Amino acid sequence: MDTNEIIVIAVGILAVVTVIWWFFGERETVAAEVRKDGVQEIDITVKGGYSPDVIAVKKGVPVRLNFFRDETSSCSEQVVIGDLGIARDLPAYKTTAIEFTPDRTGEFPFTCGMNMLHGKLKVT
Amino acid sequence: MAEHNAQGEVCERVDLPITGMTCAACANRIERTLNRQPGVRKASVNFATERATIEFDPSATNTGTLIETVRDTGYDVLEVSVNENAQDSLEAAHAAEYVTLKRKFIVAAVLSLPVLVIAMSHGSISFLNFDGVNWLQFLLTTPVVVYSGRQFYTGAWAAFRHRSADMNTLIAVGTGTAYIYSVLATAFPSLFVTESGAHSAHAATMVPVYYEAASAIIALILLGSTLEARAKGRTGDAIRKLIGLQPKTARVVRNGEELEVETDRVIAGDVVIVRPGEKIPVDGVVTEGASAVDESMLTGESIPVEKSAGSEVFGATINKTGAFHFRATKVGKDTALQQIVKLVRDAQGSKPPIARLADTISGIFTPVVISIAIATFVIWFVAASPEVRFTMALVNFVSVLIIACPCALGLATPTAIMVGTGKGAELGILIKGGDSLETAHKLNTIVLDKTGTVTKGEPELTDVVTENGFNEHELLRLIASAEKLSEHPLAAAIVRGAEKRGIDINKAEAFNAIAGRGVEARVAGRHLLLGNERLMTESGIEIETSSAYAERLADEGKTPMYAAIDGKFAGLVAVADTVKPGSKEAVAELQRLGLEVVMMTGDNERTADAVAREVGITRVLSQVLPQDKAGEIKRLQAKGKLVGMVGDGINDAPALAQSDVGIAIGTGTDVAIEASDITLIRGDLRGVERAIALSKATIRTVKQNLFWAFIYNVIGIPVAAGILYPFTGWLLSPIIASAAMSLSSVSVVSNSLRLRSFRG
Repeated sequence: MDTNEIIVIAVGILAVVTVIWWFFGERETVAAEVRKDGVQEIDITVKGGYSPDVIAVKKGVPVRLNFFRDETSSCSEQVVIGDLGIARDLPAYKTTAIEFTPDRTGEFPFTCGMNMLHGKLKVT
Repeated sequence: MAEHNAQGEVCERVDLPITGMTCAACANRIERTLNRQPGVRKASVNFATERATIEFDPSATNTGTLIETVRDTGYDVLEVSVNENAQDSLEAAHAAEYVTLKRKFIVAAVLSLPVLVIAMSHGSISFLNFDGVNWLQFLLTTPVVVYSGRQFYTGAWAAFRHRSADMNTLIAVGTGTAYIYSVLATAFPSLFVTESGAHSAHAATMVPVYYEAASAIIALILLGSTLEARAKGRTGDAIRKLIGLQPKTARVVRNGEELEVETDRVIAGDVVIVRPGEKIPVDGVVTEGASAVDESMLTGESIPVEKSAGSEVFGATINKTGAFHFRATKVGKDTALQQIVKLVRDAQGSKPPIARLADTISGIFTPVVISIAIATFVIWFVAASPEVRFTMALVNFVSVLIIACPCALGLATPTAIMVGTGKGAELGILIKGGDSLETAHKLNTIVLDKTGTVTKGEPELTDVVTENGFNEHELLRLIASAEKLSEHPLAAAIVRGAEKRGIDINKAEAFNAIAGRGVEARVAGRHLLLGNERLMTESGIEIETSSAYAERLADEGKTPMYAAIDGKFAGLVAVADTVKPGSKEAVAELQRLGLEVVMMTGDNERTADAVAREVGITRVLSQVLPQDKAGEIKRLQAKGKLVGMVGDGINDAPALAQSDVGIAIGTGTDVAIEASDITLIRGDLRGVERAIALSKATIRTVKQNLFWAFIYNVIGIPVAAGILYPFTGWLLSPIIASAAMSLSSVSVVSNSLRLRSFRG
């Protein structure tokens, strides 16, 4: 085994670890803001993903998620919260509000229609 | 979206992005104007975010009017976040996407072709064998990467920033690697000169470049995306057709003036005028005039329905004969049509449990593939001979990235569900979601409610038998005339039956209802008694000859009534809730599908058995009280049966909810849709069989799609990584990999589109 091979193996292993950490590592959670009218509201930008993508909300309080789709890529044209039975089309460059009241705690993933883009609602 | 405010009133909220505000005073001005509008509960305008948030009573105003108000104040509204507009703009986006993709594909194809020829010739075409040939390839490939392939790189970057990865990531890394390597090899060939080639005079041209891989992959994937965009556009046809049913404009009377407004500007309470041949714009109640309306788009019933003052009319149905006015009661997204559209749209986004595994896999797919590709590179670099190790490692790295197709996995379920539920809507079958679909195809027992499901749910006059020389026509005329004054539901059936036979009804006098026995009346100077055996016996009327006949009618599930005229037995009439046309065939079809068909009813055993015999059902649960229906379903489930319950949706709601799949029949009302998993808009029982067949076809398509998508990746990725090389010497060129990848997602969408030809 020559030096080049050792370097390639080392870099390869490092690269795989980095890929796994980058894509599966712990994400930052953002809490929805509770407004005066008692609705927990948060703006989510949709562009190749959801920002923020992990959202904390409280059980039993109405939630309003404002999805602003900042692109035309067809990947993000629909948002699905499967566990809550919600599917909405998101017109490009427009805000689409999704409203509901979480009635149970837990983690509810939301995705694009093809399950490529991921986000998560944490209900506590 | 409708909400309830603190007072419990229904109110709606809309956010309008406002342009043209220069200071906080502008915001205040708009706010004041909006708050003065009728129907507005609360409006607040935020100057910083440039948005107006308005809560309003949807029965008094609507978004369109509010936008007009803002514009009248001198400002503009950029966009509306109401979902009704989403479909139009999505369609426009799809069309635009298709055009752009096509243009990018053409550019990529035209420029890739010469690059491909140069690469494939391997120096055998002499005039292509010159020193600067790599630079020529660079010039041809760069526009393909920068212009045609741009979307992959920007998409991959956006996904990367969100710490996620998708198809774009794979394509971008794959083609990007091939391109950057080739550029470096062109500009600095000495970096890559292998030991064996170092002595060659043509060192620069000896260093292999892979421009053709980058450009041909981009061209082929764009071709796939173009085909996919077109096919995907077609999966949403059903919704488009439904929305297209609604007329664009409506004629309303406001302040005594007749004016034409857009349909979404009609507010609840408006008086709407409809002329013959026009479509009814929204739901409402007829106030004057009369007509026949074709409601087939909602009910499937092809015979027009008579409408007069007080009748309900529905948006998107077609007015046939007369002109009428109606008061709008439900507008915008509350109309029956929009409710259906919403239901279908939500169902299309839902997924059956079978897709969960696919979701789990596609969620981790891309990072895993990238890791496999890196491993492939390392293994080839270590295992291959030093002269070729770098290029072989590179080519196989690119092949793995390119052949992997998360798209096929991602498209497998949603496209099939979209086409399947859309087809259902076309056939009058509204399916609530993916899990209903999946359960429906596994059902083994179907429980049918009798009244209103197997039968018409409305008694009908079935038999008229005369005795003692009375004329049938005359007898029925006397009976119907007396019954006209009765409030009993069976009486109404007799009157309808007489009218159907073209019999004129006289005015009856001295009408008297005798509780538990029947009625007596005087018609055209004759005295009539109509009722049960007891009435006849107590009045001393001899019926002996007919009682056996009456017994037989009762065995058939009918209710016989004896008639006596002027103290003499005149004959009998029978009324029954008759079986719907098609019920018998439907039961046979369900049994043919291998389902056990059970009939459930509150009626007595005799009536129940009679109906069951007529339609071919052998298992009957009779005398089941409404509150016990759910319990009966539970009992069947306890025996390990997967039970589908078919009922009319309102009084059967607990049983529908208890069953594994609740099927509401013959209705488009909110309550029924809410309580059931599947709603059959048409009253025909054959829809049940069709719904089950459709669910089977859809789930079968999902399974086929998932199978192919899995198998494709499971075989494709190792082959691209070169697993066959040690045995057969086979390696997959990245170009072939990209063709296979494009084909895989197109074939999944095409397979789903086959559901469009479902007939049931």
